[in-house]
Amino acid sequence: MKYIDEFRDPILAKKILAEIKYVTTKDWVIMEVCGGQTHALIKNGIDRLLPDKIELVHGPGCPVCVTPLELIDKALKIASLSDVVFTSFGDMLRVPGSKKDLFIIKSEGGDVRIVYSPLDALKLARENPDKKVVFFGVGFETTAPLTAMAIHQAHNEGLRNFYLLASHVLVPPAITALLESPKNMVQAYLAAGHVCTVMGWEQYIPISEKYKVPIVVTGFEPIDLLEGILMVVKQLESGSHKVENQYARVVKRTGNRPAQELISRIFMISDRKWRGIGTIPQSGLSLRPEYSAHDAELAFGLDDITVEEPPECISGLVLQGLKKPHECKAFGKECTPQTPMGATMVSSEGTCAAYYTYGRYNSRISK
Amino acid sequence: MKKEINPEDFASCPLPISSHDTIQLAHGSGGKIMNDLVQKLFLWAFDNNELNRQDDNAVIKINGNRFTFTTDSFVVDPIFFPDSDIGELAVNGTINDISIGGAVPLYLSVGLIIEEGFPLEDLRKIVVSIKNAAHRAGISVVTGDTKVVNKGKGDKIFINTSGIGVIKHNFKIGPEYIKPGDMIIINGGIAEHGIAVLSKREGLTFETTVISDTAPLNDLIAKIVETGAESVHAMRDPTRGGVAATLNEFAASSNVGIRIIEDKIPVKEPVRGACEILGFDPLYVANEGKLVVVASKEKADAVLNAMRGHPLGKEAAIIGDVISESPGMVSMQTGIGGWRIIDMPVGEQLPRIC
Repeated sequence: MKYIDEFRDPILAKKILAEIKYVTTKDWVIMEVCGGQTHALIKNGIDRLLPDKIELVHGPGCPVCVTPLELIDKALKIASLSDVVFTSFGDMLRVPGSKKDLFIIKSEGGDVRIVYSPLDALKLARENPDKKVVFFGVGFETTAPLTAMAIHQAHNEGLRNFYLLASHVLVPPAITALLESPKNMVQAYLAAGHVCTVMGWEQYIPISEKYKVPIVVTGFEPIDLLEGILMVVKQLESGSHKVENQYARVVKRTGNRPAQELISRIFMISDRKWRGIGTIPQSGLSLRPEYSAHDAELAFGLDDITVEEPPECISGLVLQGLKKPHECKAFGKECTPQTPMGATMVSSEGTCAAYYTYGRYNSRISK
Repeated sequence: MKKEINPEDFASCPLPISSHDTIQLAHGSGGKIMNDLVQKLFLWAFDNNELNRQDDNAVIKINGNRFTFTTDSFVVDPIFFPDSDIGELAVNGTINDISIGGAVPLYLSVGLIIEEGFPLEDLRKIVVSIKNAAHRAGISVVTGDTKVVNKGKGDKIFINTSGIGVIKHNFKIGPEYIKPGDMIIINGGIAEHGIAVLSKREGLTFETTVISDTAPLNDLIAKIVETGAESVHAMRDPTRGGVAATLNEFAASSNVGIRIIEDKIPVKEPVRGACEILGFDPLYVANEGKLVVVASKEKADAVLNAMRGHPLGKEAAIIGDVISESPGMVSMQTGIGGWRIIDMPVGEQLPRIC
């Protein structure tokens, strides 16, 4: 398959691995920020092919995982209303709220539908004028332009039955919060290629300079990841710290300007709660006041839902790269993708799920 | 902007949803949740030797003759999909379940549950498909039933088929006979049925239309048994849950480890493309005309060649082997040389956000 197979070439992969081994002389801790990268690393078994000196820790870039419990409970409440069509990306359906998930709401009669784009939800709103169609807008800067476009179109068409339950979050404030943490041990970052496709890589320059940390914008195929790791290790070994772009075939320095403009026209930057981490200032997107008629939180009067998350699992530490999934007592026992205790086990992008699905007994596999 | 994180303060998450009080879609998806239901309710209630084998059919002995008996229900939406429909699927699915132990299919029943208002022309098309599929497999529909439910109380049409076949050979074929050293063979490209149905249901169009692989496997199976004889240890058609579920069932039944090689697994280009776009793993996507065969190492090439000589096995390939290490576990060598676990699916695969 063109544009895929080239980036999964085993001969090239071996060559880059050999080079990584050659240049690595010290122990390094590298965080891949995006859940899609975690997934690809473990799905391809790359984590096991790297030299022992390189430790990969998995970052908070799983949008499903960081969506707060409170917002999921709000989603469940809206989805259970009889005049609502609740639309969402597929992997949000299995995320547990306090008591239920969207699949259970669906089995109880809620009209819950998987969509591939917010524009599909918009189409449902046009076709069902007597229903309130709600889209669960989850994701980082990657999916934000799609949601913004749906709101933009709904507003222009005067479509009054289309609502957004927004949980859009931003990557740079999360990286900054991690770097500010006294417990931070990450020495370099693989930045999320798809986020940078929209936002460009220049927004990471101030972070790299302030914290003297190498950042390499990296893609999602095995060769991309290996090359990103090689670039970051070379910087670490030489003591340099700059932003580099491994994913140059897709990511431009300034990103996708029209998409950025659309995001800022529809959304404003606001404080946002991250599941497992807490509130990070200026780390999320909320609808601007002129679009508040489409804000599901206002339209459905959900202020009364507040949830305290009980401190049972370590997903917060996993999201920050401070613990590995197998360091959790519940991992693979009480907590599996079938019975997730924490959000990092629910989404296929979640670190715990990736470990469980692809690698939990890697050491026992005969080679 | 400065913010101090004390990780212990934020280590939090909800209690699990460990059991359901009501039936969820996942209870019918062929994964772990369905397996739990089968184990805890059905096997508990109906407990008997034939059922407890948990194969796709029951082997029953009558007057010294061995027969296979099986049943399957078909609720696919859409009912018409590229190059096939629910009628053909309902016949082939049961024929395959009858045949997997090497039985010759004999008779079929067809039960229809039809929603009020369903177009008679569509029913005619489906019945013609059933007729043609039964004819192709050399089997007769000898009994049937028709029920009509109120509009809105059923989704267009549901079909149940049951069937019996006769085992004419004396070989031991079943997942419990799998041994370390055996080879794993598949008869062609995987994930085609699941992607064909999903593409039609979701209105996804690709440059090449993916066609369901639905096919009766009885003739191919007969050829495999004829060639491999006692060297064929197990066969199963990997439907819901895909090849991953079948291999996990095999590994669990015979308490062996199974290793497969990603590069050896046949996946057609349009199917790969669709899976890439949707974030699906083809190993977990449903098939309706695929057969996983476990045969001894000595006879594996002969079985492979016999399969390749059959129209339904032209792209057959050896995709892995059986080992004694890591019992109950399926692992895969990835395209770039790493290793990972191929776990039993939980429920339906869900399209990912990004």
